[in-house]
Amino acid sequence: MTSDHAADIDRHVRVYITVFGALMALTIITVVVSRFHLPVPIAVSVALLVATIKGSLVACYFMHLISEKKLIYAVLMLTAVFFVALLALPAVTVHNGYWIH
Amino acid sequence: MDIPYTVEVRRDTGLTNGKIGIWLFLASEVMLFGALFASYILIRTGAPSWPRGDTILNVPLATFNTLVLISSSVTMVMAWASLMRHRFGTFRIYMGATILLGFVFLVVKYFEYSHKFENGLYPSTNNFLAIYFTLTGLHMLHVFGGMMVNAYFLGPGSKLWKTNPEWFTNRVEHSGLFWHFVDLVWIFLFPTLYLL
Repeated sequence: MTSDHAADIDRHVRVYITVFGALMALTIITVVVSRFHLPVPIAVSVALLVATIKGSLVACYFMHLISEKKLIYAVLMLTAVFFVALLALPAVTVHNGYWIH
Repeated sequence: MDIPYTVEVRRDTGLTNGKIGIWLFLASEVMLFGALFASYILIRTGAPSWPRGDTILNVPLATFNTLVLISSSVTMVMAWASLMRHRFGTFRIYMGATILLGFVFLVVKYFEYSHKFENGLYPSTNNFLAIYFTLTGLHMLHVFGGMMVNAYFLGPGSKLWKTNPEWFTNRVEHSGLFWHFVDLVWIFLFPTLYLL
């Protein structure tokens, strides 16, 4: 193992520890914000925003997506398209509060 | 016959086969949990009223479990980093900690579930509990599955380190990707079910 390689891993480890601290802090923030009993649309927006930031940190740094190959990005982009379509499906099949048959 | 491209990368993809395989599997997992999240949205928006999660569920326990699972993600990535530095002893400590934290998560969920059943709250009680038990139950199965794979790499699977350390490191990385995915799913489940 070269000293460059060891230094590279050490740098990675420091990033992991920083991300760990950020994830812990964001978890506490999520719980504290929920205590304010904000209106549902705002509460949902804040909770999902914080969850998205936390999820991005895990994906980018722990799963190394920040420096992954193009093929992996392509697979995930395709997955994201279908995932969004899946989540949007309930919205487009309901009209004026009634199911479209 | 040897399995091809376990250590050396394929020229056409720039990746090992194992790396592509685990990401394709995770893509299918996104769709599995995506279908259940879509069901949750469908049921919640269609319901005349919906309870706040914290009126039924135990938020302090779930917060503790969130911190446990995040910690396990860190120990998992540190286990991989230890192998990258050729420190097998440190790898064993971090991998053991990851499995232990996964076990703590499951024990806490056991107490959560037991408390619900003691109070007569079952999946059949209402739609909220039905989607709660379905989502968290499936997630728990994933935690258990990840623990089994990690236990294999800590135990009998670790023999590979002596003969082919690079392949073993790649295997641990792939197992770690699954474990982080399980953590990522919980990051979204926690606010969705417990706080909103």
